[in-house]
Amino acid sequence: MRRNVPAYTAVAACAIFFALLPFALSNYHRGIAAQVALYLIAILGLNVLVGYTGQISIGHSAFMAIGGYTTAIMSHYHHTNLIATLPLAFAITFVCGVLLGLPALRLSGVYLALATFALAVSVPQLPLKFSTFTGGSAGISANKIVTNTWLYGVSWSAAAIAFVFTWLLLRGRTGRAFRALRDSEIAATSSGVTLAIYKTLAFGVSAALAGVAGSLFVLATNGFAQPNEFSVTLSLKILVGAAVAGLGSLWGVLLGAAFIALLPTISASAPLIGSTHGQDVVFGLFVIAVMILLPTGVAGLVPRLRRRWART
Amino acid sequence: MVELARRLPIPQRRLPASPVLLVLLAACIFLAVGSSMSTLFAQLTVQGVASGIVYGSLALALVLIYRATEVINFAQGEMAMACVYFAYQLMQWGLSYWAAFFATLAIAFVFGVVVQQVVIRPVQHRSVIAVVIVTVGLFILIDGLVEWKWSASQRFMQAPFGNSVYHLGSVPIARQQVGTIVIVLVCVLALWAFFRFTKVGLGMRAGALRPAAARLVGVRTNALLAVGWGLAAVLGAVAGLMTEPSQYVLSPTLMQPVLLYAFAAAVLGGLESPGGAVVGGVALGVFLNLIGQYWGFVGSVLQLPVAFAALLVVLLIKPTGLFGHRSVRKV
Repeated sequence: MRRNVPAYTAVAACAIFFALLPFALSNYHRGIAAQVALYLIAILGLNVLVGYTGQISIGHSAFMAIGGYTTAIMSHYHHTNLIATLPLAFAITFVCGVLLGLPALRLSGVYLALATFALAVSVPQLPLKFSTFTGGSAGISANKIVTNTWLYGVSWSAAAIAFVFTWLLLRGRTGRAFRALRDSEIAATSSGVTLAIYKTLAFGVSAALAGVAGSLFVLATNGFAQPNEFSVTLSLKILVGAAVAGLGSLWGVLLGAAFIALLPTISASAPLIGSTHGQDVVFGLFVIAVMILLPTGVAGLVPRLRRRWART
Repeated sequence: MVELARRLPIPQRRLPASPVLLVLLAACIFLAVGSSMSTLFAQLTVQGVASGIVYGSLALALVLIYRATEVINFAQGEMAMACVYFAYQLMQWGLSYWAAFFATLAIAFVFGVVVQQVVIRPVQHRSVIAVVIVTVGLFILIDGLVEWKWSASQRFMQAPFGNSVYHLGSVPIARQQVGTIVIVLVCVLALWAFFRFTKVGLGMRAGALRPAAARLVGVRTNALLAVGWGLAAVLGAVAGLMTEPSQYVLSPTLMQPVLLYAFAAAVLGGLESPGGAVVGGVALGVFLNLIGQYWGFVGSVLQLPVAFAALLVVLLIKPTGLFGHRSVRKV
């Protein structure tokens, strides 16, 4: 119990910080801070899959699209309360994730990466095909636009719930099973971990979190769900965020989310590079530099520093 | 001794599994019969082969790197796109198309070597995912740099083969498609000869198969990895330069769809098999072209999902692609 005291204090400090933060921010910055929260949820989800179970996915933009379209369609046609669409998106994408997880049982490594990649490319084409229902390339809008303050509150609450949920899931039996599968499938199976159940479960949970992030993503873009917003680039962005955060650990997630949500915004306002391609150059350079300089991501930095201090 | 031989996974030279060959043969017969019955079908098939072989050459670039380092280079398409812009710039400076073409191939080689040495080498010994993320970063970086230098607006390049049309019986075939097929085939054959008959090629094959053993007998594996990246970049540049005339315009997104198809082609062929990559590319090109035309529901919108769905089916039946083989791992 004593060992966890610093962790608990850190979490409490974070909670207080993010509860008070909106009072210090302008309306515009509250919107951006809300984006950090939604990327945080998506990265958490991806981390469960890639970091803890060792299954790679480049398909999370597809789950975000499914979640986002759930919110937009429910709100557009059925006038569902926007908050109520979040658990719905969670449930629907959980099922989709499990369904993808079943064929994924047969694939591994690069082949799995490609299968999920295929999903990411295919899903945004579906709204174009069934455009009478989904609005085609113009997209479909939720029936009301939320304020940035509302968005901030909901996103960060959802992020907090998602974090606690993932943490509880990963600290116990399930988390152990996930890590065992990652480290050696054969060893895990022979010690009684049912491979099929835990792999599909990881896919489901991971997809469900991405789905919630997708809902918030749609709400953050003025309630509009558009196919080209959910391109493969979004998947890659989340993957980069997860790698920056440090795979297989939950503590770097906040910084990983901040990295992908804030870096483009910050570099846009910097002199000399303040255009779209300038942002791309800076983002790309940062990604490469972080991967070269921080092998275990931000989460690995603390133990590394601690070890260095212990030595001197 | 027999025990030892059984334990070492010695790769054996053997024909790929025969059901696959039978299916491919059946597909070829189907295409030949179809082509003899309908002009449109024949035209679509040739068109499909021309675009498919370009996918195949980029897929081959991916396979080259995958065999050496077990990593998929997400930036391969963007590197190719940058090379096309180099060619464009050279032509702006007054070089003829073919002078610019060969100059670009040389530049591409240096480009590939530099990329490997500067950004890949530091992360090479870490997890696969670290290298993948670096290539993703490279993707974004190259995209940004190209847009910075040449802007995102569309450019026009000289067509390498002109607009003339050949007639094979009653079937009109564009000279550009024939040219594309010939150029890519020549490159692929040159590459095969390089790996088969030169000492550097032999060293590279050894380095890919058993890095430690190759190093022990004096192969400079690190230098050869860089050469591999250079060759992959050259193949990519060829793919890029052959894609440009079929799209008519040059823009920074030129190679993104091609990269998708190249991934699919590489996996379809089995990631370890260079021949499989080319066969996979051609199969994919023909399949896409025919299905877009003859299955109305698919049209142009659902082409990509259908292609990937077909790919998934292939993967579920043969999880290591058409020509791949399952590697046996020691626990």
